Amino acid sequence: MRNHSIIGWLLATPLTLVLLVFLVAPILMIVTVSFWGATEWSIYPAFQFDNYEFLLGSNVTYRVFFNTFKYALITWAFTLLIGFTVAYYLAFHIRSQTWQIALFLLCTIPFLTSNIIRMISWIPFLGRNGIANSTLMSMGVIDEPLEWLLFSDFSVILAFVHLYTLFMVVPIFNTMMRIDKSLIEAAADNGATGWQTQWHVIVPLTKPGIMIGTIFVVALVMGDFITVRFMSGSQSANVGRMIQNDIALLQYPSASATAVILLITVLLLIGTLLRFVDIRKEL
Amino acid sequence: MTTISKVRYSRRSLLKSGGAAVAAAALPAPMVWGQETKNITLRQFGTGVSNLNDVATKVKEDLGFTLEMTALDSDSVTQRAATQPDSFDIADIEYWICKKVWPTGNLQAMDTSKIANYDKIVGIFRDGKLTPESTIAQGTAPHTVGFTSGVNDTDFVNEESGWMTLIPTIYNADTLGIRPDLIGRPISNWSELLNPEFKGKASILDISSIGIMDMAMVVESMGEYTYPDKGNMTKEEIDLTLGIFTEAKKNGQFRAFWKSFDESVNLMASGEVVIQSMWSPAITAVRSQGIPCVYQPLEEGYRSWGGGIGLSASLSGMELDAAYEYINWYLSGWVGGFLMRQGYYSAVPETSKDYMSADEWGFWFEGKEAQGDITNPFGQVMEKAGATRDGGSFYDRMGAVACWNAVMDENQYMVRKWNEFIAS
Repeated sequence: MRNHSIIGWLLATPLTLVLLVFLVAPILMIVTVSFWGATEWSIYPAFQFDNYEFLLGSNVTYRVFFNTFKYALITWAFTLLIGFTVAYYLAFHIRSQTWQIALFLLCTIPFLTSNIIRMISWIPFLGRNGIANSTLMSMGVIDEPLEWLLFSDFSVILAFVHLYTLFMVVPIFNTMMRIDKSLIEAAADNGATGWQTQWHVIVPLTKPGIMIGTIFVVALVMGDFITVRFMSGSQSANVGRMIQNDIALLQYPSASATAVILLITVLLLIGTLLRFVDIRKEL
Repeated sequence: MTTISKVRYSRRSLLKSGGAAVAAAALPAPMVWGQETKNITLRQFGTGVSNLNDVATKVKEDLGFTLEMTALDSDSVTQRAATQPDSFDIADIEYWICKKVWPTGNLQAMDTSKIANYDKIVGIFRDGKLTPESTIAQGTAPHTVGFTSGVNDTDFVNEESGWMTLIPTIYNADTLGIRPDLIGRPISNWSELLNPEFKGKASILDISSIGIMDMAMVVESMGEYTYPDKGNMTKEEIDLTLGIFTEAKKNGQFRAFWKSFDESVNLMASGEVVIQSMWSPAITAVRSQGIPCVYQPLEEGYRSWGGGIGLSASLSGMELDAAYEYINWYLSGWVGGFLMRQGYYSAVPETSKDYMSADEWGFWFEGKEAQGDITNPFGQVMEKAGATRDGGSFYDRMGAVACWNAVMDENQYMVRKWNEFIAS
């Protein structure tokens, strides 16, 4: 018995050490630094609430957090809609497993190129004299180029959806593949319509996948800064941009304070999400 | 850190003790150390403007040692110079960055008596005056942060103390870039940047210490406020300036903000933006695509900037000697000509003249009409015969500087407010 517990402790040690060094220690460091002070070129140890005071006292912070949530929510809705549809098609409409795998791999092909490239290629496409505008104009749909196509919330969300939909497709597809097909037959036998089967059988059984996808997408969008910077032409900001600006200007304590607040917000959000679905139980 | 080998030590002491001091003095140092210098590598980093591989190639050719170049944006340069002193030997930074970084003690001062062309460096970098009659512009003028009291000191002194913080290498006068074909009328004031006529077609750069100066030029030009010193605003002045621009941003005046050189080129070349803050080579890059673009001289004058090279505090021994050699080579003309043919100015223009054709010198420096095609150092045709430089001669342009890029006493406040401006 004693031997067993020692072996158990030993087995747990490597992971514990890794987590301590690479997760707990950096977070503690960030929390500590968030109370420090900064000059233009250095940071000095202190225990002051200046950074939080400035952060929480500025209404820009609230607007930026609101913006971050807005991006996360809209992106989540679109990626879920598209992700669910794609996964559903792959899981239930494609009969042969070979084709399922082939088409699934096809979905991942764009991910073999760089994230940044995929994002930036939207810029010439959406620009004032870009392909989208010139096509629409030559088709006679519009007379003036549409300004809101680029450097707007539209382009930011478009890029997010483009970049992150796969993170929704994969977990949903995965859970859908595990649904026992006989359940669907049973629903049909009991006279359920297609929509009823969808809503009362497939969606509830897919919840864990949706939840995992949601966590991926929300965490990615909330932590992003580069997409917002490029696609909004630096005109919009989310929390990540705020942190990036601070770091660029050597304001590490202020960046840390923002990071701490963001971390707390995201943890609360994911905590709430996990209340709805017990991922462990359903996996 | 020094890599001087024992062999060289003994040879040097031999020469000295052997009464061959005369011979040693007569031989230029690099000759004596010929083989050793080949193994020296100096790591230089800085903004993209002067971190050119052609310079490194030429250094290898002329001086024998290796120069490793890293190009970063202004913020990253500041960050690196301030926080990672051991990651570089030579910092190629701007004077306003110097004001931030110098007090950290990460750089060492340079002995001007070892700089051969020191006396020929233009007045701007020595007593602050281009010509004896010039007035000194507002902002962080290079001479105010150009000298310190001793090799390891971290202060700034006003007089030419014999210890320079940075050796000036490159500078220019900046203004707004415009697309004359899309604007179709003359532009002569900074205030045009916020003219509602260009709603959704204007841009400004998102580098706070430079952007705030462009903003100040605009605010003054609009007649909203006259700053006692644009380069050192009070909190109220910062609020006022950013307030005006925040409102313009909310009204949709700006298409985008840019942070890197190529972003500014793309914005202009694609026609997303017709008027914006811009840097001289970006104008050239747009023009070389066959798209008309003018570096518009404006009535209120230019916003100017200057860069120089500083030495890491940890540089010593043979590397330090090599660095001095590099600096002297830098000022001896080849680099100057190379930079001036791209539209920048060299700190010692007269030495660069030997490395430019009479036509090039006339076009770039004297503001004369080009006699034939003007090509840049990479062989691209920049201007055809008959063209003159936007803004005219060196003295016209550098003589009309209204302010220098600056770091203010209230810099931290400004940075926070700038952050809010971008986020709002």
